[in-house]
Amino acid sequence: MTSPVSMTVNGKAVTATVEPRTLLVQYLREHLGLTGTHVGCDTSQCGACVVHLDGKSIKSCTILAVQAAGGTVTTIEGLAKGSELHPMQAAFREHHGLQCGFCTPGMVMSAVDLAQRKSDLSEHEVREWLEGNICRCTGYHNIVKAIQAGAAAMGSAKA
Amino acid sequence: MYNFEYHEPSSLADALSAIGSAEDGKLMAGGMTLIPTLKQRLAQPSDIVDLAKIAELKGIKREGNSVVIGAMTRHGEVATSDVVKSAIPALADLAGNIGDPQVRNRGTIGGSICNNDPAADYPSAVVALGATVITNKRRIAGEDFFTGMFETALEPGEVVTAVSFPAPEKAAYMKFRNPASRYAIVGVFVAKTSGGVRVAVTGAGACVFRQNEMEAALEKSFTPDAIKGIEVSADGLNADIHAGADYRAHLIGVMAKRAIAACG
Amino acid sequence: MSAQGIGEPVRRKEDFRFLTGQGTYTDDMNRPGQLYAYILRSPHAHAELNGIDISKAQAGPGVEAIFSGKDMEADGVGGLPCGWLIHSKDGSPMNEPPHPPLAVGRVRHVGDSVAVIIAATREQAKDAAELIKVDYKELPAVVAVEDATKAGKPQLFDAAPNNLCYDWHLGDKAATEAAFAKAHHVTKIDLVNNRLVPNAMEPRSAIGEYDRATGLHTLYTTSQNPHVIRLLMGAFVLHLPEHKLRVVAPDVGGGFGSKIFHYAEEAIVTWAAAKIQKPVKWTSDRSEAFITDAHGRDHVTHAELAMDKDGKFLGLHVQTLANMGAYLSTFSSCVPTYLYATLLAGTYTTPAIYAEVKAIFTNTVPVDAYRGAGRPEATYVVERIVETAAREMGIDPAELRRRNFVPRDAYPYQTPVALQYDSGDYFETLDMALKASDYLGFPGRRDEAAKRGKIRGIGMATYIEACGIAPSAVVGSLGARAALYETAQVRVHPTGSVSVFTGSHQHGQGHETTFAQIVADKLGLTVDQVDIVHGDTDKIPFGLGTYGSRSLAVGGSALVMSLDKVIAKGKKIAAHLLEASEADIEFKDGKYTVAGTDKAKTFGEIAMTAYVPHNYPIEELEPGLDETSFYDPKNFTFPSGCHIAEVEIDPETGVVKLVNFTAADDFGRIVNPMIVEGQVHGGLAQGIGQALHEGCIYDRESGQLLTGSYMDYDMPRADDLPNFQVATNVTLCTHNPLGVKGCGEAGAIGAPAAVMNAITHALGIKDLLMPATPQRVWQAINPMRQAAE
Repeated sequence: MTSPVSMTVNGKAVTATVEPRTLLVQYLREHLGLTGTHVGCDTSQCGACVVHLDGKSIKSCTILAVQAAGGTVTTIEGLAKGSELHPMQAAFREHHGLQCGFCTPGMVMSAVDLAQRKSDLSEHEVREWLEGNICRCTGYHNIVKAIQAGAAAMGSAKA
Repeated sequence: MYNFEYHEPSSLADALSAIGSAEDGKLMAGGMTLIPTLKQRLAQPSDIVDLAKIAELKGIKREGNSVVIGAMTRHGEVATSDVVKSAIPALADLAGNIGDPQVRNRGTIGGSICNNDPAADYPSAVVALGATVITNKRRIAGEDFFTGMFETALEPGEVVTAVSFPAPEKAAYMKFRNPASRYAIVGVFVAKTSGGVRVAVTGAGACVFRQNEMEAALEKSFTPDAIKGIEVSADGLNADIHAGADYRAHLIGVMAKRAIAACG
Repeated sequence: MSAQGIGEPVRRKEDFRFLTGQGTYTDDMNRPGQLYAYILRSPHAHAELNGIDISKAQAGPGVEAIFSGKDMEADGVGGLPCGWLIHSKDGSPMNEPPHPPLAVGRVRHVGDSVAVIIAATREQAKDAAELIKVDYKELPAVVAVEDATKAGKPQLFDAAPNNLCYDWHLGDKAATEAAFAKAHHVTKIDLVNNRLVPNAMEPRSAIGEYDRATGLHTLYTTSQNPHVIRLLMGAFVLHLPEHKLRVVAPDVGGGFGSKIFHYAEEAIVTWAAAKIQKPVKWTSDRSEAFITDAHGRDHVTHAELAMDKDGKFLGLHVQTLANMGAYLSTFSSCVPTYLYATLLAGTYTTPAIYAEVKAIFTNTVPVDAYRGAGRPEATYVVERIVETAAREMGIDPAELRRRNFVPRDAYPYQTPVALQYDSGDYFETLDMALKASDYLGFPGRRDEAAKRGKIRGIGMATYIEACGIAPSAVVGSLGARAALYETAQVRVHPTGSVSVFTGSHQHGQGHETTFAQIVADKLGLTVDQVDIVHGDTDKIPFGLGTYGSRSLAVGGSALVMSLDKVIAKGKKIAAHLLEASEADIEFKDGKYTVAGTDKAKTFGEIAMTAYVPHNYPIEELEPGLDETSFYDPKNFTFPSGCHIAEVEIDPETGVVKLVNFTAADDFGRIVNPMIVEGQVHGGLAQGIGQALHEGCIYDRESGQLLTGSYMDYDMPRADDLPNFQVATNVTLCTHNPLGVKGCGEAGAIGAPAAVMNAITHALGIKDLLMPATPQRVWQAINPMRQAAE
């Protein structure tokens, strides 16, 4: 019961032969070796698995790989240009928005989606947006600061 | 997850034929409830028929005084739709507070109402706004659509294609959410429509229900004070580790009062 | 000193890999030919295990092997050991029932492991598990400590009558009784310290591998201390010698204590991999984590505080029931004893203290150290009763605390409960917190909130913690079965760059940066010239790992010792090269100089000389520049501080909004203030989580865990928390070379009492159970409404 599933991941066309029950996150981690996307829960709450599908943030643990077939996926591995961090990644580093690093890929991907919508973000807006991302290390304080700074940097890069 | 056959029809007709020929098939909309259920091995469908590629089920349009939302429209699209925001801001607000941003980017209105989770948000809007649920076979009054916990009026072979919401004079939704799951512990949707005032409550009971006593009081005076003296009974309300029935009964009054105030 | 030295907010070296998705967590690794293990777990809280029929499952697609407890027992596999022997009041050793990795004969909690299924894929292993038939005979279960000690209740072990593990005490009973006899006022309180689930975001994972050619077993695991796992699993469980067992803990996604312990799954995959001669990987689901990761806290306490007429504390008597869960986890026995009762003096001069602790077995997940481990429980008791006493005596809570603080000139200060505080200044951190929180402006804010229909409250907690665990001889005398020093090897490479091999393990703390800063500071390097290597028993000489805020105080001290040895050896080489006396050589900013001259050699030149000893004092000195040290601390370290919480309650819904939180802490010298602030924030979030959100609920009859997923177990999210106000005061630790004390646990220790003091202040009530959920608060405001739980 396996069939080839193709999509564009981080700008490259990829194909892997998987069962329909394969989740997108399994497809990424186990078939493409993109282990930057993590699994932290099994009830779609923690957000460690957030990636972008066709430009929007989604939880890759709650979508089948076959559902994403033909789509364009961006994972945490697809953000930086070589050794140059994406502005949101750079902001997380500058503001110490990560500790153990496990929730970080999902946090950053979620934050990039938010920043694509708005670059001048209040603390409140950021905290509300992060409803779907749980961090156990940072108490969010520095994540919020990082996202505000990262969004501003993305905004001025666009301008 | 158990294995299954996956179908991705591009028309409603193909979807119906796929589900019709499946041994124990299941339609999938956004999958926000179905996939977690499958992951926990709590369901074992033989076939999954994904409705995502069916264009006729998508989109938001204004039809006269109503907003018609295709069943496969995502919560995030409803929340940010200019049509919805101008005609029924309370509905956009409700959609913008379902789950979290990533859930809103996948979850659909059709999936939500067909699942009819007792703690889901949309059923309260469908009932309070006097919406009509449109299926491939008929039009069902919103109030008649939700028949019990996880139960709807849908018959075998019947698929929701859209929901039509008449624009109210005023409406607001207030949700007291479960801090962990972010579902509604109590959600109250209050609408003042040409057909009268409706107060629909979700989260508190087995299924969305109308609060008739409040509706009657609000018909006379559409102010928060009008429902002040109404003591909501805890009989038959849900009780769980987060909220007992008494507390839920109390919250219905508080959320209703705040919704009325938010109507302005 | 370089700008990357001690005290600088250097950005983290480890961040690049984490931010680009290139961290390597255990589940990110795959070994050639690897199979997947799924563990069949008990759905019952308590049952006899009469038989396991695997015949159908064995024939399932992809299934390689299925093992049960009897298979492990037949191979002579031992039980999971407990690392600390506690003696009861009567001198008898604690009851220490066996804890087989896979259950034999009986299961004792929901989630207890019954069989392991190894298959080609995870899903196939799960498919097969459903085909296993287990013959359970259900037994009645007991989950609450108050129930477990009563007559006629279910018994978990024949060897532990009344489910008692130990009945222990500390302090001077007679002196405490005498203090109460002369008291002007006695404050009494009953408290529950709610059970928590640590919930590191990375679920546990383990890969076992066996190399037939060399006989080497390798375990990759999500651990805070790989050497301890090697020692415990090798010596007690699988009986493998250390030289044939390698344990690797790569990037680990948070621990908070829950990844200290030696877990059954580590032994199962290591044993099974050798048995079937293929690598075996197990990764926990979150739901599985809830019923297998050791839980934290779970105390029921009665406390009484005796005071004179001025509110001077005379005596404290504390009686605690501590829930151990179904088995003794690695550190469990010392948490409610030596990490708890010894802290009951708090920041005060209470002259007589007597603590009694009964540890109880129940049909629940084992309870062990979780961020703070005993110290949050002690702080909760002390600071809740002190606050209550202040209210009863009509004395301002800050003033009552000041009257009883250990005076500034009293250090070293010997408490009546075994500890000797080396340094601190509780007056200063209290004043800092009062100022930062605008304590005096509270009445105005309360009145303003009242106009909006909201109820405000403010509450504080001071705390002391014993960190830098621990002086080996001291803990040995108290029953520890292991030493608690730390190891550091500094390997200077020929061109002067440095690799450090440390027994500390980082899982979020940023050691790769802070330890590199220490090296950079001492040797005059940049942090990029230094790599910190950790987490692999094949690379690091030895290590006791990271927990109890010990890494910098103990591991950092070992690092300084090795750096000092490197510098000293370099002096000898420099003296030779510069043709000067060793006594005249100074080392500063990466240069060896002959004092008073401009004759100098760089550190890199000295390193090269050490490795290419053509011109070298070879008669007196070995070549090479590579030094190893084992640092055994002289005492614990004693971080302290004051936390102030301000809450605003919506009386209509019972929702508590934390509007302000201030933490003023003394961690001794700070190596990287950015990282220290981050550690405080994270600790506060967990402490606030305990007070407002988190609580593990078991069904009292069935023993089923009702808060078994993120749908029901509420951890703080971004919109639940405010920005934190964080300040630090520095009094140096007097007995370690860096003067550091430790900062990882402070937030979780001070916050719960501060928040609950604020809530009870707002509501004008004596106590409220944690977590203070909206429903509980609403019920407290409306006592006539029926309790719904």
